[in-house]
Amino acid sequence: PQNEHIELHRKRFGRRLDHEERARKRQAREGHDRSAKAKKMRGIKAKLYHKKRYSEKVEMRKLIKQHEEKEKTGVAEKQETGAVPAYLLDRQQQTAGTVLSNMIKQKRKEKANKYQVPIPKVKAVSDAEAFKVVKTGKSRRKGWKRMVTKVTYVGESFTRKPAKFERFIRPMGLRFNKAHVTHPELQTTFCLPIVGVKKNPSSQMYTTLGVITKGTILEVNVSELGMVTQGGKVVWGKYAQVTNNPENDGCINAVLLL
Amino acid sequence: SAMEGTQISVRFVGEDGNVLGNSGILLPSTSTTNQLQMLANQLLENIDDPVPISFYTEDGTEIVETIEKSVEKVDVEKTMTIVYQPQAVFRVSPVTRCSSSLPGHDQPVINALFSPDGRGLASGSGDTTVRIWDLDTELPLFTCKAHKNWVLIISWSPDASKIASADKDGKINLWDASTGKQVGKTMAAHKQWITALAWQPLHNDANCRLLASAGKDAVIRIWDTATYSVVRSLNGHTASITSMKWGGEGLIYSGSQDRTVKVFRAADGTLCRNLTGHAHWINTLALNTDYALRTSCFDAKNGCVQPKSKQEAQAIAQKRYDEAKKIAGGERLVSGSDDFTMFFWNPAESKASLARMTGHQQLVNQVAFSPDTRLIASASFDKSVKIWCGRTGKYISSLRGHVQAVYQVAWSADSRLLVSGSADSTLKVWDMKTKGLWFDLPGHGDEVFTVDWSPEGTKVVSGGKDKVLKIWKK
Repeated sequence: PQNEHIELHRKRFGRRLDHEERARKRQAREGHDRSAKAKKMRGIKAKLYHKKRYSEKVEMRKLIKQHEEKEKTGVAEKQETGAVPAYLLDRQQQTAGTVLSNMIKQKRKEKANKYQVPIPKVKAVSDAEAFKVVKTGKSRRKGWKRMVTKVTYVGESFTRKPAKFERFIRPMGLRFNKAHVTHPELQTTFCLPIVGVKKNPSSQMYTTLGVITKGTILEVNVSELGMVTQGGKVVWGKYAQVTNNPENDGCINAVLLL
Repeated sequence: SAMEGTQISVRFVGEDGNVLGNSGILLPSTSTTNQLQMLANQLLENIDDPVPISFYTEDGTEIVETIEKSVEKVDVEKTMTIVYQPQAVFRVSPVTRCSSSLPGHDQPVINALFSPDGRGLASGSGDTTVRIWDLDTELPLFTCKAHKNWVLIISWSPDASKIASADKDGKINLWDASTGKQVGKTMAAHKQWITALAWQPLHNDANCRLLASAGKDAVIRIWDTATYSVVRSLNGHTASITSMKWGGEGLIYSGSQDRTVKVFRAADGTLCRNLTGHAHWINTLALNTDYALRTSCFDAKNGCVQPKSKQEAQAIAQKRYDEAKKIAGGERLVSGSDDFTMFFWNPAESKASLARMTGHQQLVNQVAFSPDTRLIASASFDKSVKIWCGRTGKYISSLRGHVQAVYQVAWSADSRLLVSGSADSTLKVWDMKTKGLWFDLPGHGDEVFTVDWSPEGTKVVSGGKDKVLKIWKK
């Protein structure tokens, strides 16, 4: 190899005696040399050089700021205004403006008969999805019976119609009596018995059949929660809206509508 | 006519049930309350210094002028039972004017409390300072700076020598009330803000060494104020503790956002009882012996004089505590909640509630027993204050007048007057004789966060969002 002679010489004979001093002085001159070059440069070369130099300077400034932050002693943080006593800390106090606008919005919705539910829009469940055709008859040709493929709630006193007249079959495996209802403010979930299906948003027929899909409004028995009306009577029934697809999960999850 | 001068047989019964004299004293039905008072004082053998007494029939109607005027049907054949209630001898004069506004805090005043002997006043604010004020000149005395966040809770020790203050970072500092200097080091162990402080009652320990603190981290810590370290940690709650009281029987009661009230034994930290029943967060607790525990050895009747020795102080505190328990027959606890109701408990004996007090239409923010433990006042966000019987929890009356949520209430030392502070920036003084409004005290610029009536009965202090502390006098 041809280009190692400098290195070889350095290894064999060492450096000049004033090498460190000369290197030091050269480095000290570096700033001046750079600046002289930068002033003399012209054209495209200058543009590229200055762009590169600017980004280098930005990096240097960031580093200096970081060092400054490290050296800063602990300064008292500015306290937020709006101090409230302990009994108001966990409560979101509404300002007068938001209270008024909320009242107006609520009045408008009540006039339009739109009640606020956690899941306002649900994809409608079609008949083909909810029912499965069950073939009956001696040659299995008649197809007037349907089996419900979604979770249902039948009451306690439910008895099946005689087989000849039973159009909708609700299989026992998909019948549920209890729902896991979450209290939105307390953020706790209770397993409460279902009292009835109030409304299924997909179709009125599903409501009468007791089909429970996502978005259905149920009535649940909340007596174990201990809620009481102003008059002192115990509240035992409240509405809750289903939040999952029960036929996929095997359980009914709902959120309580206060 | 037949009504004039019909003789009825009357029997005087005290609140705890014992009969005065022998049963069946014959009295004309036109006897006035003054005559009944003289007779009752004679039977009580108080002829030299008669005590004012008010009389009630068994179902609670007060006998106002004469027996026949207050009771519709006087049954001549049966012995009528009249319950007598000795009233406090000293009367507190009602507060009518703002004697001074004390500016000084830079941020809203969150907490203001008189000392147990009524001679000192301390206030904590959002500007992270605790200020001690001189009540004679109504000027600031000391400014105590050590907190780095809002000072949420202030608590005077029962012997009125130290002030404990807790802030939103969970740190507790102790201050000397006479010099305003911090005593010892900052006690930091809570991870989130502290919601309640309670000293051990004086009759259990005359040195006032132990202090309990409860916070959002659902743990109660008992501190030794001599070593500034935690003696015991009481776990059990699963959500933020909102209110805590150290009772006189060595039990600590704590109400939390997990809808339960837990009763701990302070000596070894075991959970004695778990009182469930509420359907939402518990905001406040009140003990019927609250006033006796707070004012310990300082009695308003003799002007809150300082006892000469610690043993004497402990004896006086024990006597006052026992007297406070007498009417109800033990320690009673009321818990107020976000489910708009309150429960009346006998926590030392049973875990079932004695009564459920319904009627409020919004959450109950504070409950307070009157100093003579006969009445309970509840302040609610439905703009009303309701009065209930302190012995049974039965509803008595509603006090309406505020136009926004009522935040705090405070009783006067003779239990005849009640002051309430509300978000509508006014204070209202209510009279318990008429169960109606006595005086309206406007003057604050913004919501009133805290009210307190001095234990010797002469002054009311109120502080709020307008950063000013106001002292009200006669």
